[in-house]
Amino acid sequence: MAVLTDFKGEKPTWCPGCGDFGVLNALQRTAVELGLDPEDMVVVSGIGCSGKLSAYFGSYGLHTIHGRTLPTAQGVKLANRELTVLAAGGDGDGFGIGMGHFIHAMRRNIDITYLVMDNHIYGLTTGQTSPTSDTGFVTKTAPKGAVEFPVHPLSLALSAGCGFVAQGFSGDIPQLSAILKRAIRHRGFSFVNIFSPCVTFNKQNTYEFYKSNIVKVEDDAGYDSTNAALAMAKLEQSQSVVTGVLYEHDRPTYEDSVPNFLKTGLATAQHVLTESDFDRLLAQFQ
Amino acid sequence: MNGELGWKVGGEQGEGIDSTGEIFAWTLHRLGYYAFAYRHFMSRVKGGHTNYKIRITDRAVGHHGDDLHILVAFDQETVNVNWNELVDGGIVVADGTSGKIQPPPGSAHFCSIPLTGLAKEAGSAIMKNMVAVGVTAAIVGLTPEDFLSVIEDRFKKKGQAVVDSNLSAVRIGYDYYNQHFSHHLQLPARPAAVPSNHLYISGNEATALGALAAGCRVLAAYPITPATEIMYWLVKYLPEYGGVVVQAEDEIAAVNMALGANYAGTRAMTSTSGPGFSLMMETLGLAGISETPLVIVDVQRSGPSTGLPTKTEQSDLYEALYGSHGEIPRIVLTPTTVEECFRYAVEAFNLAEIYQCPVILASDLYMGMSKGSIDSLETSKVQITRGKLVTQSDLEGVSRGEFKRYEVNEDGISPRAIPGQRGGRFIAIGNEHDEFGSEMEDQAMRVLQMDKRARKLSAFHELSGVTVDGPEDAQITLVGFGSTRGVIDEARAVLMQQGIRVAHVQVSVVAPFPADLIRPYIAGAETVLVVEVNSRGQLADLLRLKLGYHDRIASCLKYDGDPLLVKDIVKRVEEVISVGSIN
Repeated sequence: MAVLTDFKGEKPTWCPGCGDFGVLNALQRTAVELGLDPEDMVVVSGIGCSGKLSAYFGSYGLHTIHGRTLPTAQGVKLANRELTVLAAGGDGDGFGIGMGHFIHAMRRNIDITYLVMDNHIYGLTTGQTSPTSDTGFVTKTAPKGAVEFPVHPLSLALSAGCGFVAQGFSGDIPQLSAILKRAIRHRGFSFVNIFSPCVTFNKQNTYEFYKSNIVKVEDDAGYDSTNAALAMAKLEQSQSVVTGVLYEHDRPTYEDSVPNFLKTGLATAQHVLTESDFDRLLAQFQ
Repeated sequence: MNGELGWKVGGEQGEGIDSTGEIFAWTLHRLGYYAFAYRHFMSRVKGGHTNYKIRITDRAVGHHGDDLHILVAFDQETVNVNWNELVDGGIVVADGTSGKIQPPPGSAHFCSIPLTGLAKEAGSAIMKNMVAVGVTAAIVGLTPEDFLSVIEDRFKKKGQAVVDSNLSAVRIGYDYYNQHFSHHLQLPARPAAVPSNHLYISGNEATALGALAAGCRVLAAYPITPATEIMYWLVKYLPEYGGVVVQAEDEIAAVNMALGANYAGTRAMTSTSGPGFSLMMETLGLAGISETPLVIVDVQRSGPSTGLPTKTEQSDLYEALYGSHGEIPRIVLTPTTVEECFRYAVEAFNLAEIYQCPVILASDLYMGMSKGSIDSLETSKVQITRGKLVTQSDLEGVSRGEFKRYEVNEDGISPRAIPGQRGGRFIAIGNEHDEFGSEMEDQAMRVLQMDKRARKLSAFHELSGVTVDGPEDAQITLVGFGSTRGVIDEARAVLMQQGIRVAHVQVSVVAPFPADLIRPYIAGAETVLVVEVNSRGQLADLLRLKLGYHDRIASCLKYDGDPLLVKDIVKRVEEVISVGSIN
């Protein structure tokens, strides 16, 4: 049984206090609690500070190009359905350059877990507007304040039919870990957006801001996470500053719905066609 | 009759032109002839001129032929567009009563036959195609019964009544022609011995079959002409072998899915054409630096941008060779026959794993969508070779985190683990990295890793990459790549009959470039004519870059959307030879 140190990779180079440490810690804790083996896990990460997660976590990893974590992670899962596959990236990676893949991954419902470390800014490139930056937010690329309306990833997820929609906060590791546990266990595409403050470039979406404004769904006794309309209303009421599992609903996964798709051993099988296979296949050309 | 017969049917798109052509070609193929079919079509569903040319020969060919003997025209445009291909004594079968379609200039026999009217009598106007098939049968001396097996295969699902009415439509056309006309044309002599596994198959089908045979079990692709048929074929057969076809949201997703699947150990590919291939460039670089096997099939079409989306071209060569920022090792295969589409598809997967780099299999619309009769595919020679993919026992004693996935070694190819293996943990990464896959900016290691990747193809030997015919000291050496092999071969035969000493070099691997095999044919030739379906002479550029001899390399180019004809090459050779210079 793997222990916490087994899930440690390289030493992180994030800025001291970066929200991404909390995400890494919560993920490591979750993996131990779920009894996972790091070598049966793959973390596919994108570009940005968040993209370094694959190197700092102790599993197999694929540090891919900007915005393409989701198609790559789906490819990994299709190749080997026995792996636990996570995709991880930031708000720019997922909701800027990679937005198209986000919607389609939810539609497709391959069993992977997607973590977005949302800091409302481009950090690694030293502070530009992100798709989740609030209107009016001042950055190097919007010196007079962002003009555009921010993306609302959780509302998008709900309308795209995502079967698991949650939000966490890297300042609350126990809650985040509990969310991640459910997300990884969920059969199908799971989306966890995580408020992960950038202590260097974002002085607005700070730990203090989240601590004093976050509403937790757990605190709402009447909340029903199987009701998408309630989830939508909750996001509306809280102006999306809400954490917990907002929505969970089982629907058949892509891989289970494809006829005859091999459940185990696709990556290691000897896929050799026999003479009679060829005879059968060539008959259509004769 | 010179061993061949050219037949073409044309009309508006959406009125069954393709199925008429298919029924005729399949029948001739099954009767033991060799058929080669080229489809001319437009980027619209209904309307617009489309035609289907079939060349019947007594031997396997790789070209649809310059000449036309029989033209079946469902409308005036078909006559106007195609009459100039007719040989002296050719026959035009025009739908309708006399005067509806006007005859073309020239000496062709013009036969107005109410194909649609006769079809209505047989039960339905849509069977006008079958009436046309019957007329053709009468012209070339076949019987309606010769078409029975193909008609049964096509229509038996719809019931015996449909089979019967289609066959009777063929008979009506057959009888009508014999009652009203007396011009006949001969089919070529029926080949004496046709192999029992004689196949009628397209380049796309052969490519898809090759992928399946290679153990590819994931195809991620986005629909695009002329590559979609690869998807169609695999979506039918991959599930029978435990695999899956994913229709991705775009080509960027498609190529990254294929990369992810290959990383995890399942052979995977994507198939596309120019516009999609352009979208894949960044991932090509990722596959190169992360040393992840990746197979991309690019069925080229006319560009740039949307270009002529239903027409052939060989204009992605620069992109296949140089596309993506930075410098990576890559293999670019350009199969020159349908047989090679199959064999190279298999080899593409082997090479991608042996050399741990992207492999681009570049065919084109002409190769991909044309169907032809071939003797056989080398199915018994298929072998799956996975290179330095490690097994669990190879990892015995390696502690987690100690596996050197990017080990700097002599041949530049490092051991490769896949997720799930114990002791093999590593990060496949697009950043420059050390031997373990950790991102780093150490200058010495950067150079070591760049050099390691650059040298991995230095011992490439699996495919010779070139086919040569003729002498090294030719008067003119014709050089082509990919699908033009058949047409260049026939042009060479014509030129040789004129007493010209001609050689033919056909390149099937453009990277790593088989310079040593090609050099003697360039060094020894008086003039080199590089024949390609693009406007810039992309292969000619590559020859100059790799071999020099700028003084003797000329180009024969075509980029108007139509495939090369034998006469295009012959004419250009005559020009080049008569002026005695390459300009």
